[in-house]
Amino acid sequence: MAAHEAHAHHDAHGHHNHEEGFISKYIFSQDHKMIGKQFLMTAVFMGLIAMMLSILFRIQLAWPGEQSDFLSFFLGEWAPKGVMTESMYLGLVTIHGTIMVFFLLTGGLSGTFSNLLIPLQIGARDMASGLLNMLSYWMFLISSIIMVVSLFIETGPASSGWTIYPPLSALPDAIEGSGKGMTMWLISMTIFIASSLLGSLNYIVTILNLRTRGMKMTRMPLTIWAFFVTAILGVLSFPVLLSAALLLTMDRLAGTSFYLSDIIVGSEMLENHGGSPILYQHLFWFLGHPEVYIVLLPALGLSSEIIATNSRKPIFGYRAMIGSILAIGFLSFIVWGHHMFVTGMNPFIGSVFVFTTLLIAIPSAVKVFNYITTIWRGSNIYTPAMLFSIGLVSTFITGGVTGIILADSALDIAVHDTYFVVAHFHIVMGMSAVFGMFAGVYHWFPKMYGRMMNTRLGYAHFWITIVGAYGVFFPMHFVGLAGAPRRYYDYSVYGEFNQDSYDMIMDLNEIITIFAIIAAIGQVIFLFNFFYSIFRGPKAVQNPWKSNTLEWTTPVEATHGNWPGALPEVHRWPYDYSKPGMEEDFIPQTTPLMEGEEEH
Amino acid sequence: MTKLIVLLVIVLGVLAIAQLVRLYELSSKLRDRREEDIPNRDNRLNATLLLVFVLALFASVIWMMSNFGWTGRGEAASKHGVGTDALLNLNFVIIFSVFFLTNFLLFFFAYKYVRKPGVKAYYFPHDNRLELIWTVIPAIVLAVIIILGLKSWNEQTSDATKEAVRIELFSKQFDWTVRMAGADNQLGYFDYKLTNENNPLALMTTATIQDAIDSMENGVSGIHSLEKKLNNPKLMFIPEDRTKMVLNLGRKERLIRLLYQMKARHNKALDARAKDDIVFGANDTLYLAKNQEYEFNFRAKDVIHSAFFPHFRAQMNTVPGMTTRFKFTPTITTNEMRVKMNNPNFNFVLMCNKICGSSHYKMKLMVVVLDKSEYKAWYKKVSAAKLFKDVYPVGKPKPVEPVADAMAMDTTAVTVK
Repeated sequence: MAAHEAHAHHDAHGHHNHEEGFISKYIFSQDHKMIGKQFLMTAVFMGLIAMMLSILFRIQLAWPGEQSDFLSFFLGEWAPKGVMTESMYLGLVTIHGTIMVFFLLTGGLSGTFSNLLIPLQIGARDMASGLLNMLSYWMFLISSIIMVVSLFIETGPASSGWTIYPPLSALPDAIEGSGKGMTMWLISMTIFIASSLLGSLNYIVTILNLRTRGMKMTRMPLTIWAFFVTAILGVLSFPVLLSAALLLTMDRLAGTSFYLSDIIVGSEMLENHGGSPILYQHLFWFLGHPEVYIVLLPALGLSSEIIATNSRKPIFGYRAMIGSILAIGFLSFIVWGHHMFVTGMNPFIGSVFVFTTLLIAIPSAVKVFNYITTIWRGSNIYTPAMLFSIGLVSTFITGGVTGIILADSALDIAVHDTYFVVAHFHIVMGMSAVFGMFAGVYHWFPKMYGRMMNTRLGYAHFWITIVGAYGVFFPMHFVGLAGAPRRYYDYSVYGEFNQDSYDMIMDLNEIITIFAIIAAIGQVIFLFNFFYSIFRGPKAVQNPWKSNTLEWTTPVEATHGNWPGALPEVHRWPYDYSKPGMEEDFIPQTTPLMEGEEEH
Repeated sequence: MTKLIVLLVIVLGVLAIAQLVRLYELSSKLRDRREEDIPNRDNRLNATLLLVFVLALFASVIWMMSNFGWTGRGEAASKHGVGTDALLNLNFVIIFSVFFLTNFLLFFFAYKYVRKPGVKAYYFPHDNRLELIWTVIPAIVLAVIIILGLKSWNEQTSDATKEAVRIELFSKQFDWTVRMAGADNQLGYFDYKLTNENNPLALMTTATIQDAIDSMENGVSGIHSLEKKLNNPKLMFIPEDRTKMVLNLGRKERLIRLLYQMKARHNKALDARAKDDIVFGANDTLYLAKNQEYEFNFRAKDVIHSAFFPHFRAQMNTVPGMTTRFKFTPTITTNEMRVKMNNPNFNFVLMCNKICGSSHYKMKLMVVVLDKSEYKAWYKKVSAAKLFKDVYPVGKPKPVEPVADAMAMDTTAVTVK
């Protein structure tokens, strides 16, 4: 039927529908839906690796020095006699952070859902440039491969933390991982940044130019608004990381002194003079803080859409939601210094950053209250996607509130770089974004693969994940309040000055690791459900969730060009759920306004 | 064998789940239920679980708070730290209220407004008054937090008084070294180029400059010895080592010019500042007096470290090429703290809190706070024994190793017969 209709419109869109070979359809595809799926597959794989790495170093933290066949099986010579080496521990921590932040939650989350949803929800046949989009994916894949391969080289992967502060990252004599491992990290990230820029430019151009008739900016779903602001943040901030990486590369290879000054490493007196390691931190966090929102905003966008659909209510305060996305986006550029309160930065500049950082709490609070009001008096349906979205709002609150302490420089110095910080950002950024990603996968799976995922396995996955996530990250606050610094291989040093504190930290560490293992095993349910449903899941209907947005007006069998006939025309905002006086509890955006009906 | 069994169990497990899913799907088909139609039973079950979850979460948070303590590191032991803790507690009250309230509302509404047959959702797209309320209230609360926070930030970061004792904490992989300013309460100048075995802290006096020049010219791996090695046709090197030596020589030739410049410009009157400094060895305990203000000057030799005093609520990075400062006044002696913590082995500590290499986690320094009289006695002892001018062998000509010996010690050199 769909194919027949497509044929009828051959003149207008003929080139979209010719038969494609396997290679051009599945591998070098320029179709945004296929590219989205490629991003998702790569991200799932990368996420699994990063999760596995975290389990390995959690084992070391909970049972330091104990021999483990598990460790020696995975780490081989890096865990002689089943105890991992100090440098491998730091390498695992570094690559875990890098993959999670950049490859899973930036490339994976934005790459998957911006690609899948932008053309579908604004009514476009594809991205503005299919070729650039394809290149964006291939660069992502290449950078992923380089990053993973760097785990296997003889001197070990980069191991100066995911923030790779120089001089440590610039001096191979200071730590082994700053040799070839660091070089590979820099190459991989450079390609990754190029990929991210190609993607982001494409998203911005597509959203601004390719909206279908009637799709005003103020009729766009919040998902698109979130992707739009995310892409702008990416375009403005990633080049700064690129320049930071290039300057670091120059310091490493060409003997320049951008970040190095007055250094003696081992017995070697270097002649570099006049550079500043703090410069690197400014450049890094100029990306690093917007990066938090690059990770978070798409997740918030996805959950806005999912919560509205499944509570059968319009998202509360649509314009306020857009306003807060824009406010968060803007503010994210002027808060980076809160990562640097203890670097010796001028205290006055510190106070400015305290002020701007705490301002971000306002739009964030608005978003949370709006979510809660949307759920209030809804007719809530608990699909796995809806559960994950509620989980997201919860972790966004729980992780967000501790940010108030960390943004306050006077308090930050007491907990800076301790596990309190680790707890904070894993909950507010890590878990929220991961929950958003899971929610997105469950919700749009029928759009991606034309089949449904199993709901009950989805429930099991959600409950194990949320219990695991809180079980892992909440106790970390107390480890941090006890004063335990992050990136410590073990806490035996505590035994020398405060045995009680040491016992407490070790108890908590054990609890955390056990929860982490449970949560990791829970992800097997997801993997099984995901891959099983791709091939064997029940066939989906066109609009399974009774949703208003445009992607559900396309046929179940995806075609290149999305709509077999003319592009749909939009007449209303996407959140007309349970509108009084209407028969159905949803009105698709393509339905014209009735006589005398107000838009919203 | 165990691996095989584990593998077998995993494979069987996956197969079992697959069969269960199959069964579930077939039964759904029989009952004509589609995957996207969530049965009311499932819906209500999840709604209830959400409520149970949030209550369990609250219970465990309260249990953790009471069990693991407000802060596991004990009472603040510095003057500003008391203020930090008070502000921290105020913030905790605010954020815990927000945490409990918003999480409760979220999960409670999710529980209460589960889909019920025949009940339509309430169409409620926006309400300016409500939105204004929850924009303004957080803004006011945050304004209070910001004002209080900045007030104590300004106190913490203002300049130390003249009476504050100046102490330098010198960090390198993986230990800390203490230097006290001595009688004049002024730390002597330093320059990293002056570093050698006799002068690990690179203090600057006329003698140390001369000494640095001598050892760079004539020392074991000084310029002359390197030149001789490289020009000796009887020696053969692995190409990589040779390149390294050439680079090293070039670097030293440039550094020595800077040392000569330093010598020419050096003002002898400044030597006094360094000469009365009290220098300790790496890892020697840091002694402080109760109720005495201290200004710490931080230096790093190789990479960034961070001086984290958890009990004094103080932290500052140490950055190569840049001096950073932080001041605090200890208010509790070690002995008093041991009583308070009910732990006779308790000690204050300074830990490295910025990843600095593989042994980062071992890099710490013990800190002891004495009361004023004990401190005086201790100070008298060290100021008699550890003044820089006494520790540093001024004017003694250093034996310069003969170049031939130096070569013999160099294992990379191979003599051609």
